[in-house]
Amino acid sequence: MSGAELGLAVSVFLACTVEAVEALTIVLAVGTTRSWSSAMSGVGAATLALAAIVAALGPALTSLPIGVLRVAVGGLLLIFGLQWLRKAILRSAGLKAKHDEQETFREETEAARALGVKPAGFDGYAFAISFKGVLLEGLEVAFIVLTFGANQKHVALAAAAAAAAVLAVIAAGVAARAPLAKVPENTMKFAVGVMLSSFGMFWGAEGAGASWPGGDAALLALIPSVLIAANAIVWMLRRAIPVAGGEEPVPAEAPELTGVSA
Amino acid sequence: MSRVRAFCLGVWDFIVGDDWRTALGVVLALGLTALIADASIAAWWVMPLAVLGLLALSIRRAARGAARSG
Repeated sequence: MSGAELGLAVSVFLACTVEAVEALTIVLAVGTTRSWSSAMSGVGAATLALAAIVAALGPALTSLPIGVLRVAVGGLLLIFGLQWLRKAILRSAGLKAKHDEQETFREETEAARALGVKPAGFDGYAFAISFKGVLLEGLEVAFIVLTFGANQKHVALAAAAAAAAVLAVIAAGVAARAPLAKVPENTMKFAVGVMLSSFGMFWGAEGAGASWPGGDAALLALIPSVLIAANAIVWMLRRAIPVAGGEEPVPAEAPELTGVSA
Repeated sequence: MSRVRAFCLGVWDFIVGDDWRTALGVVLALGLTALIADASIAAWWVMPLAVLGLLALSIRRAARGAARSG
């Protein structure tokens, strides 16, 4: 497996794990309060829809000329990666609330209970919420699988990494029988943002006609450079940006795995 | 709102997100890279500089917004 393929697999695995954890929380909430069979039907339908999207768009993307593919996919990955990275930086700096699976689970459970009596058979609410949750969380992963996979001509590897992540999250969810609140989601989103931005930058520039010094080995410099720059921004934000009113400093909470010292 | 409009807005929101300036900056940086590379000049440095600048500006806008609203 080449370095780029390893990067593809790791990026997809991390992105998929994060999204699967969020989807699992929703499915757990409606499954435990409403109907497991209907919730699982929603999960199955959404999974089929996502698989159909990847199967339909994958071959179309991989048939594009490599230059066009790289500049388009590189640009999209970069736009996407910068969004992930920006939010992760803001969360690490304490300027954006971190995703709280316990809180999401509580909200979803209350909403499901508020509907009152459950139908004896098929529960449309449990189906719809599960379907929507899995589809929406999965779309981002499908996008990453398609773009990364198409660029590397390895959609199958990307899909396998996504499937492995889903299976791991399901296994952990079954074992815990509760939302996976201890998964370091922000650290994983930080890592995905760094990887998507680095690969997007690399492929986008190549597609636009630039040649990287050292060829593919340039990624070995790009990825740590983006990571260092992102951590430097977190560090500067924690020191410089005041909280509302401009009086209190941002609390320097312990970093997850980004290597930033408080 | 028509379904087509809603779909287009959904796609826009999915890809561009809540910071269109960053998306526009990425497109412009790729264009600049293509122009420089077309002139047979080394152009690999454009994207790293652009990404650093776009990320810093995006964070700055978001941080200021958070400080104002927080």
